[in-house]
Amino acid sequence: MKIRLNNRDEEINRNSLTVSELLEYKKYTFRLRTVKVNGIYIHPEMYDKTVISEGDDVQVIYLMSGG
Amino acid sequence: MNFREIKKRLSAYRVGIAGAGGLGSNCAVALARCGVGTIVICDFDLVEEPNLNRQYYFLSQCGMKKTEALRQNILAANPEINVIAHDVVLNRQNIPSLFSGCDVIVEAFDSAEMKEMIIDTVQTSLPGIPLIIGSGLAGWGNNNSIRSRKVDDTLYICGDEATETTEDLPPLAPRVGIVAAMQANCVLEILLNKH
Repeated sequence: MKIRLNNRDEEINRNSLTVSELLEYKKYTFRLRTVKVNGIYIHPEMYDKTVISEGDDVQVIYLMSGG
Repeated sequence: MNFREIKKRLSAYRVGIAGAGGLGSNCAVALARCGVGTIVICDFDLVEEPNLNRQYYFLSQCGMKKTEALRQNILAANPEINVIAHDVVLNRQNIPSLFSGCDVIVEAFDSAEMKEMIIDTVQTSLPGIPLIIGSGLAGWGNNNSIRSRKVDDTLYICGDEATETTEDLPPLAPRVGIVAAMQANCVLEILLNKH
């Protein structure tokens, strides 16, 4: 399926997957991040339950300490 | 728009700044110079000498509450600004009331955990208010790795999204200042596009 990932087209070799699976698939292993799917903020507790499918707009933001 | 018109437009708005360290102090002063009407600053910390490598404070202010020192510095740059300062540890419970009524909120925390907390809190409890995050500013050099991106109308990210501060990669005035100025620039872009 095709999704938008951080403002880029991304071809994923699955028909659908959860947020947790996407993070693993993309090897997004960094400890602190925040995720939005189609503009909706996804609480970390919902990563296993939120399903991403064809055409979805996914944003993964990395949070780095420092300020 | 000339500067007089910009100032007049900005004077009607209120911007919240969560944290008065390197990002918050520099961002607040930039917004004050441009004429943002009301600036809400929240921090619990005192100014200390090691802060001076990047934060908008002076040696004579060491030992003062950051909120009070920043109020002084904002007003020294522009006495027309209405500064609302809260000497408080921000958390999920108090953020919604302290920042309600703000047109934009700037995240200016040090720790990644706090950045995550404020995204969760603002997106959940203050829906619709744009939040501007600073993420990735450690070290020196690499000007072009620092960028900003709009996630959507309520979330913007400024920084390289890659470097994390460590003992050997400290936060320093130039890169912290670049990110703080980018955050302030995002605030202006949002406010000046509002009707």
